[in-house]
Amino acid sequence: MKPPSEIESAPTENPVAGIDQTKGDFKYDVSYAFDAGKGLNEDTVRYISSVKKEEPWLLDFRLKALKTFLDKPMPTHWATKDLENIDFDKIRYYLSQGQKPKRTWDEVPDDIKKTFERLGIPEQERKFLAGVEAQFDSEAAYSNIKDIVAKQGVIFCNSTEGLREHPEIFRKFFGKVIPTADNKFSALNSAVFSGGSFIYVPKGVKVAQPLQAYFRINAENFGQFERTLIIADEGAEVVYMEGCTAPKFSTSTLHSAVVELVALKGAKIQYITVQNWANNVFNLVTKRGVAHEDAEIKWIDCNIGSRLTMKYPGVVLKGERARGEVLSIALANDGQHQDTGAKMIHAANNTTSNIIAKSISVGQGRSTYRGVVHIPKHLKGCKNNTECDALLINTNSRTDTYPAISVRGDKNATQHEASVSKVSEDMIFYMQSRGLTEAQAMSLAVNGFINDLAREFPMEYSVELKRLIDLEMEGSVG
Amino acid sequence: MSQLVIQDLHISIGDKPIVKGLNLTIKPGEVHAIMGPNGTGKSTLAKAIAGHPDYTITGGDVLLGGKSVLAMEPDERARAGLFLAFQYPSDIPGVTIANFLRAAVQARLAEGEELDATGYYKRLYSKMDLLKIDRKFTARAVNDGFSGGEKKRCEILQMAMLEPKIALMDETDSGLDIDALRIVAEGVNSIRAAANPPGILLITHYQRLLDYIVPDFVHVMYDGRIVKSGDKTLALELEAKGYDWVKKELAATA
Repeated sequence: MKPPSEIESAPTENPVAGIDQTKGDFKYDVSYAFDAGKGLNEDTVRYISSVKKEEPWLLDFRLKALKTFLDKPMPTHWATKDLENIDFDKIRYYLSQGQKPKRTWDEVPDDIKKTFERLGIPEQERKFLAGVEAQFDSEAAYSNIKDIVAKQGVIFCNSTEGLREHPEIFRKFFGKVIPTADNKFSALNSAVFSGGSFIYVPKGVKVAQPLQAYFRINAENFGQFERTLIIADEGAEVVYMEGCTAPKFSTSTLHSAVVELVALKGAKIQYITVQNWANNVFNLVTKRGVAHEDAEIKWIDCNIGSRLTMKYPGVVLKGERARGEVLSIALANDGQHQDTGAKMIHAANNTTSNIIAKSISVGQGRSTYRGVVHIPKHLKGCKNNTECDALLINTNSRTDTYPAISVRGDKNATQHEASVSKVSEDMIFYMQSRGLTEAQAMSLAVNGFINDLAREFPMEYSVELKRLIDLEMEGSVG
Repeated sequence: MSQLVIQDLHISIGDKPIVKGLNLTIKPGEVHAIMGPNGTGKSTLAKAIAGHPDYTITGGDVLLGGKSVLAMEPDERARAGLFLAFQYPSDIPGVTIANFLRAAVQARLAEGEELDATGYYKRLYSKMDLLKIDRKFTARAVNDGFSGGEKKRCEILQMAMLEPKIALMDETDSGLDIDALRIVAEGVNSIRAAANPPGILLITHYQRLLDYIVPDFVHVMYDGRIVKSGDKTLALELEAKGYDWVKKELAATA
């Protein structure tokens, strides 16, 4: 299929040019069968929808979203002005190799396997994966639902397949937790989304193995717009892990995902992210879950890298006794801004929420915590705990905290603690005098700072996190 | 030969000279005590040898095993065999003693060489047994919320694990009650009695530490120099006569 003629075709210059191959930033040449070209207009949206052979309702949904996106101003009245530097005309909104998602490992092309190897997905881990949804650019290059999960009736596929094969479930929940108009970037995602996961866990099914998805951006100027929807039916339990690394590009890249979680009565969803974006990526993500009666949603969110990350995972506590939790770690190195936090919207009695956010600012790095906790007056027995701790390494780094806690009525409780600490020269000298290099010393100090949170992570993720921090610290010592 | 040779060493903080031409040689297994009044440059000497960035070496040299350490980073000096037991050790929240020491031991291995975890713990536990330290101790974050005595025991444990060639012990007795002092001294003595003991430079203000760690040599430091050297009886003489005695003697010879 050829792209419509008015859309510029793919550039012919060497895509590897200008790429820093250090620090695990790398890419392999990939030929794209489908390419929406650069820039965004109605034709781009129509192109994406037609490549995906979508039904008319979805095209309408996308076109309306595009209009919303174009109408909405940049939220620079509260967010950083750096957002104005995103050039939407230079971004590619859709690329695909045009392959069907792979079922078995053997069918995956060798160059893609090589990429996964460099991403460090351990061999034995693959065997245990309940289903790997490893996304290579816009389309899943590899997707494998292990029999055991499918036998339990669990649906685990990419969002395109989910729409096609399970429209009755997908459509019921899609865009309900995060409406198109929630913010400018959720609207953008709604217009051009592709890829991402769709998971449905039937009533009472507890998925024993965590479901994992690895994905990466692999094309210059290419925005990645995944759409993930996870539904845990009554009493169901699921853990989803998302990890990503990105190659370093010479021009800015935009990543804008939307993730919606629905935990029905008594269900539990845990969503774990460890991400390490290249220094030029704008990572503007909307993540939210709805927890019904006695349900529990837990976000574990770890942000390393990127030029600007704006992400505030939220839980709407809709049913009585619902519980929401956000554990967040952000590391801002030179030239990076981590603007992260959490939202807890209490909408029923006896709901509880917990937010623990830790940020590390290195060099000129800047970290910002934004939190919203909302408990309206008519509710009773609601509880919130918020803790945010910031660690500064080097005097030029910056940290800001903007907690917005509105608790009305006298039958609810909240507590908020914040701290700022510094890695002092004496502490570094102390560690150096034991034989650790300056970088190792800083890395150890940072790992110590996040230790109590990192313990909450699954083993392989805390190991990966430690490795990422080591890499970041190596680069930060002059 | 892994001896420490300090040659005509001059150290400044900013523009202010603190140590003004100090000479001292410490051989493996020897314990040298440096005593002297406050502000005479004892701690400066220890920290500068370890490579603290606040101190500038303005003259002289420090040789470890015949090689100058002055151009080395603090961590290179440590890996070369120098150890500083701090007067006020920093706390490292969230990092357990076991993990800290593991990182320090790992840092001494060649690039690409992985630490043998089983062997490491075996060695750690044998050192802890030697120093009569409870196993639970190493699960605590380094110096975080430690009492004065615990901090110093943590220093001694690190010294035992890292097996330095030369250990500089800065006011190890400060902030310790008599029981803690005895425990710490026992630790140092057991390191001294073990195979390949380090040369030790013991910096102290008071004689009482030397009742427990008996030095081979005692040096009196005053105004940035060693002004008197002797054996352990010199410490007792100082205790009886006070530092004014040294000052008067100096004035008489000047």
